[in-house]
Amino acid sequence: MATSRARALFAFCPDWPVLATGRPPSEEVAVVQANRVVAASPAARVAGVVVGMRRREAQSACPGLAVVARAPALEARAWEPAVAAVEEVAPGPEVLAPGQLALGTRGPSRYFGGDAALAARVAGLVEAALPEAWRGCCRVGVADGLFTAGLAARSARPGGPLVVPGGGSAGFLAPMPVGALCTEDLQAVVGARPAELAELVSLLGRLGVRTMGDFAALPAPVVLARFGATGARAHRLAAGLASRPVTGREPPPDWSVDAELSPPAENVQSVVFVARVLAEQLHDRLAGSGLVCTRLAVVAGTEQGGTLRRSWRHDGALSASAIAERARWQLEGWALANQLSGVEGEGTGGPGAGRVTRLALVPEEVRPDGHQLGLWGADAGARDRAARAMARVQAVLGPAGVVTGVLQGGRDYLDQVRLVPWGEPREPLRPGGPVTGPSEPATGAPRPARATGRAKDGPPPWPGRLPGLAPCVVHPVPVPVQLLGSQGEPVTVSSRGLLGPVPAYLVVGHRGRRQAVTAWAGPWPLEERWWAHQARRRARVQVVAEDGRAYLLAREHQEWWAEASYD
Amino acid sequence: MNGYAGRVARDLVATVGAAGAPGGWAPPGRALVPERLLPVAGQLAGLFAEHGLRRGSTVVVDRAAPGAMSLALALLSGPSAAGSWCAAVGAPDLGLVGAAQLGLDIARLALAPSPGPRWPVVAAAFLEGFDVVLLVPPGDARPADARRLEARARQAGSVLAVLSPAWPGVADVRLSVDGGSWTGLEDGAGYLAGRELQVALTGRGAASRPRRARLVVGQGPDRGPGVGGRRPGLVVLGGTSPRAGGPGGD
Repeated sequence: MATSRARALFAFCPDWPVLATGRPPSEEVAVVQANRVVAASPAARVAGVVVGMRRREAQSACPGLAVVARAPALEARAWEPAVAAVEEVAPGPEVLAPGQLALGTRGPSRYFGGDAALAARVAGLVEAALPEAWRGCCRVGVADGLFTAGLAARSARPGGPLVVPGGGSAGFLAPMPVGALCTEDLQAVVGARPAELAELVSLLGRLGVRTMGDFAALPAPVVLARFGATGARAHRLAAGLASRPVTGREPPPDWSVDAELSPPAENVQSVVFVARVLAEQLHDRLAGSGLVCTRLAVVAGTEQGGTLRRSWRHDGALSASAIAERARWQLEGWALANQLSGVEGEGTGGPGAGRVTRLALVPEEVRPDGHQLGLWGADAGARDRAARAMARVQAVLGPAGVVTGVLQGGRDYLDQVRLVPWGEPREPLRPGGPVTGPSEPATGAPRPARATGRAKDGPPPWPGRLPGLAPCVVHPVPVPVQLLGSQGEPVTVSSRGLLGPVPAYLVVGHRGRRQAVTAWAGPWPLEERWWAHQARRRARVQVVAEDGRAYLLAREHQEWWAEASYD
Repeated sequence: MNGYAGRVARDLVATVGAAGAPGGWAPPGRALVPERLLPVAGQLAGLFAEHGLRRGSTVVVDRAAPGAMSLALALLSGPSAAGSWCAAVGAPDLGLVGAAQLGLDIARLALAPSPGPRWPVVAAAFLEGFDVVLLVPPGDARPADARRLEARARQAGSVLAVLSPAWPGVADVRLSVDGGSWTGLEDGAGYLAGRELQVALTGRGAASRPRRARLVVGQGPDRGPGVGGRRPGLVVLGGTSPRAGGPGGD
């Protein structure tokens, strides 16, 4: 069989979960998952911690033990530099699990002058990517087939790769116990369910088949008849025969475009011009693969060798002109912040400013270009037209000049709206949008509803929200007002939330006319974040003045403010 | 930056000038947009001769009387609910919760809260891509700017709604609030549950006779007992002219 001769290299770092935590081997560390120890540092092992122990047992065996929960994502991330380093010298390393990699050796061995040289080289590269304290833990094995290579790596000494010569697999495996089939690190290679393998190994042991050599000596048809497909597969592995070839990983495609500016650009406008060309290139390149960019990084290199980088996120797909716009905003922003020199003559840049020597546009997030049409086709057209208009306005006012509102949870009307610059994702900051039915207040008593007996998974109720009509004018900065009683004395709210004299007159602003109050209601106390520094304590009243305007007033810091008006 | 904005402004002047030059207006948007009218929310539809907002027209809402902002937003709610994109220029204090209550789709409402001195450019850009643009111009708006924007609305086939006490342009239609009342407040009890506005529309030429309608927001005054079985107090404001002729829509 052809694959039996496919030589493979297997490299792994024992105790990878511990290594990934970033602690040195001299510390007593155990990584646990589901209350069981899955990896322990050498120091912890010396103290008696064994993989598979319960957390409590491990702690009693080694009182100083640091217990860390397993973090697969962290393990994968930590392994990535080693894989990238190996990828530099040999194409297509396959990551079997974090801390393990496999490599087809046919090409690289010939290039580096033999399996041993390649193994030493790979070990060196992996070691170089590890933290200082863990150097020397990587083990490498080379053999016919991945499974044998894996077992060879486990038998190898640190720093001394074990190379099983071609055709020597069966001889190498023969003295090993059949239990080696169950080796935990090699489950991905064996490709059978661990429980089935364990059962097979235990059964073989009871039948008196103790070593891989004994197992391999059994006739294949008999093994298949007695142990089924899993048994047949294990039998071939034990004979050093079948093992799947290494399937290398494909390096992630690099879509970024860049340009060197030589001589360095004197002003931002010329960089913007380059950015526009790059944007076209990037857009075409992505469109050619049926992709659109949803997150873009603008990277500028300066003469001094510095690099400026900023990401831009976009809700929909970024068109070529939108990419160019964002690059322009960013470059102008950097120039204004004196990080680049020259905005059209004005401002020569600060001392740290430099001229741009390199510009790159890196798409950080791409997705397939699927147009999501509305229920009516015209909807998408209207949206496109509106988006173009907003992009033009953004070109005049800057990116934050055009916003759309998102309704969200909050107690007062200012909190219930989040303004999002156009193009950024419309996500509320707080859950529980306001109720917007015009005749909804039937649910609420005049006093704001209390949050009692409410399902946990529903949106939070935001007690203190006013029911009824919502004001159409909300002052971003509250307007100072005076609320007076019938004798002209100021209306106050006591600490128990009781209103002082009945409101009779209202003066809005500093030079406003004194008007009679024709109707009022309240006060509704509102205490927010009393547990934090941003604590606010207010009492609010609704007031209708004689000219027919209604206001939402709040008393805070012994003053009355108009928070909103029902214009 | 200055150069870029200046260029936009020059382009704008050039195109607006060209569009404004030929006398009278043929609806150029007709080929582009199939429907000539934008829908108006129920209570206000009776005010308009064609029961809808004509594309390309300019509507001025007089801001002098209270309730003008509600009226302007109610005007936008019809097109917005029907899927149109709306924009509001120069209204930093626009209450979006109130707007949503009036029936506007907030997701299709773009805001340029503080356009500064470049508000004509911004409004013109919005008129290109949006069906309705609500403009709150600064007090010192010049007649030339007003004329240009009205011409741009005609050319683009969108509706320019202006919320201002004194718009220096020639509006097709002027809306004002004649009076109103509140529902729900008693002396110290209740809460504002609804309001009623008396709205008057004045057109140009033959339509100069005012037409009137009633706009009820939230709970109306004649809805019977309010919350909790209590009868909500009704505050009638001074100077109301109840049911003054014309097709009172509801």
